[in-house]
Amino acid sequence: MQLTLLALILTLLTVIGFLIGRSRAAASVGGRVAELHSVPSYHGVYVALWAGLPALLLFLAWTASEGWLAMQLVLSALPERLTTGDGQSVALLKADILNLARDISTGREPDPLVAEAARRYAAFRDLADWSLLAVGASLAVAGLAWGRHRIGPDLRARPVVERVVRVVLVLCSLVAILTTVGIVLSLLFEALRFFTVVSPLDFLFGTHWSPQMAMRADQVGSSGSFGAIPLFAGTLLITVIAMAVAVPVGLMAAIYMSEYAGRGVRTWLKPALEILAGIPTVVYGFFAALTMAPFVRSVGEALGLDVSSESALAAGIVMGVMIIPFVSSLSDDVINAVPQSLRDGSYGLGATKSETIRQVVLPAALPGIVAAVMLAVSRAIGETMIVTMASGLTANLTANPLQAVTTVTTQIATLLVGDQEFDSPKTLSAFGLGLVLFLVTLCLNMVALRVVRTYREKYD
Amino acid sequence: MSITSGIQNQLKLRPRADDRTGQRSGAAGLPNKMTARGVKVFYGAKQALRGIDLDIQENRVLALIGPSGCGKSTFLRCLNRMNDTIEGCRVEGQIALDGEDVYGKAVDAVQLRARVGMVFQKPNPFPKSIYDNVAYGPRIHGLASGRDELDEVVQTSLKRAGLWAEVKDRLREPGTSLSGGQQQRLCIARAIAVSPEVILMDEPCSALDPIATAHIEELIDELRANYTIVIVTHNMQQAARVSQRTAFFHLGEMVECDDTEEIFTNPRDERTQGYITGRYG
Amino acid sequence: MTDLVEQDAAAVTPSPAPSTAPKSRLRSEAFARRLRARHAAERRFRLAGAAAVALAALILVLLLGSIVAKGASAFLEARIRLEVTLDPAEVADRNYTALLRRALYAQFPQVTDRAGKRVLNDLLSSGAPYELEAMVAKNPALAGTTQTIWVRADDQIDQLVKGAYRRDLPESERGLGDAKIAAADALLASGALAQGFNTTLFTAGDSREPEQAGIGGAIAGSLLTLLVTMALSVPTGIAAAVYLEEFAARNRWTDLIEVNINNLAAVPSIIFGLLGLAVFLGFFGMPRSAPLVGGLVMALMTLPVIIIASRVALKAVPPSIREAALGIGASPLQTVLHHVLPLAMPGILTGTIIGMARALGETAPLLMIGMVAFIVDIPHGLTDSATVLPVQIYMWADSPERAFTERTSAAILILLGVLILLNGVAVILRKIFERRW
Repeated sequence: MQLTLLALILTLLTVIGFLIGRSRAAASVGGRVAELHSVPSYHGVYVALWAGLPALLLFLAWTASEGWLAMQLVLSALPERLTTGDGQSVALLKADILNLARDISTGREPDPLVAEAARRYAAFRDLADWSLLAVGASLAVAGLAWGRHRIGPDLRARPVVERVVRVVLVLCSLVAILTTVGIVLSLLFEALRFFTVVSPLDFLFGTHWSPQMAMRADQVGSSGSFGAIPLFAGTLLITVIAMAVAVPVGLMAAIYMSEYAGRGVRTWLKPALEILAGIPTVVYGFFAALTMAPFVRSVGEALGLDVSSESALAAGIVMGVMIIPFVSSLSDDVINAVPQSLRDGSYGLGATKSETIRQVVLPAALPGIVAAVMLAVSRAIGETMIVTMASGLTANLTANPLQAVTTVTTQIATLLVGDQEFDSPKTLSAFGLGLVLFLVTLCLNMVALRVVRTYREKYD
Repeated sequence: MSITSGIQNQLKLRPRADDRTGQRSGAAGLPNKMTARGVKVFYGAKQALRGIDLDIQENRVLALIGPSGCGKSTFLRCLNRMNDTIEGCRVEGQIALDGEDVYGKAVDAVQLRARVGMVFQKPNPFPKSIYDNVAYGPRIHGLASGRDELDEVVQTSLKRAGLWAEVKDRLREPGTSLSGGQQQRLCIARAIAVSPEVILMDEPCSALDPIATAHIEELIDELRANYTIVIVTHNMQQAARVSQRTAFFHLGEMVECDDTEEIFTNPRDERTQGYITGRYG
Repeated sequence: MTDLVEQDAAAVTPSPAPSTAPKSRLRSEAFARRLRARHAAERRFRLAGAAAVALAALILVLLLGSIVAKGASAFLEARIRLEVTLDPAEVADRNYTALLRRALYAQFPQVTDRAGKRVLNDLLSSGAPYELEAMVAKNPALAGTTQTIWVRADDQIDQLVKGAYRRDLPESERGLGDAKIAAADALLASGALAQGFNTTLFTAGDSREPEQAGIGGAIAGSLLTLLVTMALSVPTGIAAAVYLEEFAARNRWTDLIEVNINNLAAVPSIIFGLLGLAVFLGFFGMPRSAPLVGGLVMALMTLPVIIIASRVALKAVPPSIREAALGIGASPLQTVLHHVLPLAMPGILTGTIIGMARALGETAPLLMIGMVAFIVDIPHGLTDSATVLPVQIYMWADSPERAFTERTSAAILILLGVLILLNGVAVILRKIFERRW
């Protein structure tokens, strides 16, 4: 509420600053704009920056630290018996305070001390928000006044504004780097906490996965339940099935579109494939769980096979379907990059179209196609919704596609959905899996993108 | 079926004495390997060739010259139906190989292209080894019955293309590792490995340096003994050096065709005169 | 001249021997046979390509078809007509359930026993009293009058009307008692049970009862989330693209940023969810289930898409435009803002729309940050607990009730409709503004 108000005030002041700056600049030279160092609108932006920027920075710093500060204040007032203890109980306490402060029931009668702390927390947050509103608004007004004061014929508004804009641009481009750093740090940090409880070797090479077991007090840290091999195997199995569907179909579709289809057909096919590519994964998941899985099961039963209702086959096939447009559009690009002169050379020798495609175009496009497949594999490994909805939760170590398997992403999703304590190995193991997932897909992507790059350069 | 229709075509397409074109029968008596009558080519609505009549004599080199965009490459690509691969391209008129209409129903474009090979402007070796590049044609057409025979075809072709000495120790290396001139000779070797009857060359030296060009020109002269060659060139000296007959194209028409010496010393048409003396082009 | 001819003749005469042998080979019967086989192979290959395309198209049709078949009926809902006498005393007690039941019993005078009445009670949705309450709250003058109103039927009756239950099955296997079917049939016969357009689906929040569940809350959550995503990722993305494309020097640092952006675009979405959980919820202590956090995560996820699309669009603006602007004394920033960016805008817009469409359909990262909670209220602020449409689909897909399957499919249809619309706009934009320099 206060924050929305502040945002409104800041926007308003910025706009006003711009208008004031522009008109004052023009007025300062009696309307002879040519006498100004910079055009009036730069003066406008100059004042607007003074009005908006300091307050915005304050706002960001304040909101980033406010919650933490309030919590520290509240915790320091609580008796020590509550605030000391292992990390888990403190985290639980903090969560309780936060929930109570937001009027969310924690599902149990709160300790009166904690309830009191929550009230104080909420009151402090409220006070802090109001003071932020006051301080922020006055800072903006002061900035506006200062900026307005500086305006005159000699003010070099343009270089200042441009420098600020440039800094903003650089910061924006750094967001991407920061995101990567954030991903790596958060995964590493949480995964390291996990590895202090479960040895990395047991995690990577253990063959028994059953994170629920670790919830029991006597089982905390028992390494046997966090062996991720069944998850890796399950992921691999579903990925292999998906690739067996997506690569031939996607590649052949790309070949057909780029080499055979006339312009008319292409104008219809491309959008159709784009639609297929634009369908959200949750829809594929629904399709897999409610249409494909029963279908596979009934076909299997008709053949006298024992098929699980959450078979890896159903999830894999649907995932393959999801990846078809991905493979085909990447392959299409790659095939189109093969120079026409190679095709001409082959046709000139009397090769048929399919001979040319199989023996000249595809070998020439091979690096690009391999890269496309790698990107597709990376995508299949990281896909979450289809497997979460259509594959099982129990970790079976099997190569039988008719049985239910579970995957890395399924486990991450189920481990972290719902209420969870931050410090239990069960929760942390999701970050361990996330780290593995990130590293594997990163390697695949890096290699594939590099191959694509050199491939493009070769034929450009 | 194919034999009788072939004969009929042959009768129909015999060059008539009262040709309305500027063709003078130079070296009389040499049989025509290919004949073109009233060839028109359209790219969509645009007409690129406006009725070309031309005879291509066996075991000689015919040079097609003319300014850029005059249709000489288009004509060349009609001779082995390479224009088929271009969307929206339409060919009218008749082109005969040994009297048989190449656009006739009985003729298979694949077989035609095996008989009428082609070498392109830019060397375009396949991303395969030198050996596989040359063996490509024989393999797809099934021209060699065994490993040894294929080896021999490759060796003979590379020898004829004058490349054997340079590559005989590196047959497994990729064709793209060769220099530009070597690549173009590899492409020629690749074309002759199929044992075509006619070889079409589309400005084969335009991407090469003078030394490589000289090499290719020598090669063309040697190949003439076994093949009928049609070469498109921008370079009039080259036309004069390598060809026995020359045809001058201008704005989609064939202005005149004659013995090379005749064209360059005594052109009948003003436009030819203007072009060879460098007034435009 | 004659020399030349003689020379030619001399060169020609010894030649025929080598050229005739292979000539025959290209025209031999074996070659022709092989040629036929090769053409057959060509046809097979072409057919395989066409089959692949047809298969992809078939799957698309199958997928959409199965969802339409399952979901189309959800746009209708069964309602029951009741003559409710709004007894002021009961209204004061807010005992609307009793009022409704009394009105229903009136239509079945023959039912007197308790079991029979229980069957009748179950015909009405448990949400029906709230409908009545809302009506009275809006117009208190209704108290004491008798009104004819249509209220929602229970989801089983709804499904029965839509023909989802097989009447030929024995009662125990059908899942719906004979008594209820008889009662519903009686209402149908008298016209007191009919289907109408399902507004609940669009206006209501989530509910445990299928007939009261709607995607109103999820749509609001999606809009709020998308708003945050757009507000953050579009300016940031365009600014980053402008910097990288127009200002940054080509060096190892910008190379790193570029590689990093390309990689980020291919990072699995669930990883972004882990990032959001660890950083936004864990480190910054932001609220769970909030559109604010969802939007932040989605913004980070769509940022690479927007940057890449914007860079392509900026690259397509020819350098001559920049040179012309710089040549008349514009500063580099002015050049970009006044000339390059406006020209690149359609391309940037297209990329942005595609990025937003992707964010709108994304589910996995939002599961991580708690947007998967069961939320009845429609969210109004960025920090309210909320869910989004794809997550709603995910949650409903898990519900065993037939009526939820139907609603899930309907929600998917709505989501797909919006996405196809967005992508269509992007395609049309691209077509309109396609510029050949």
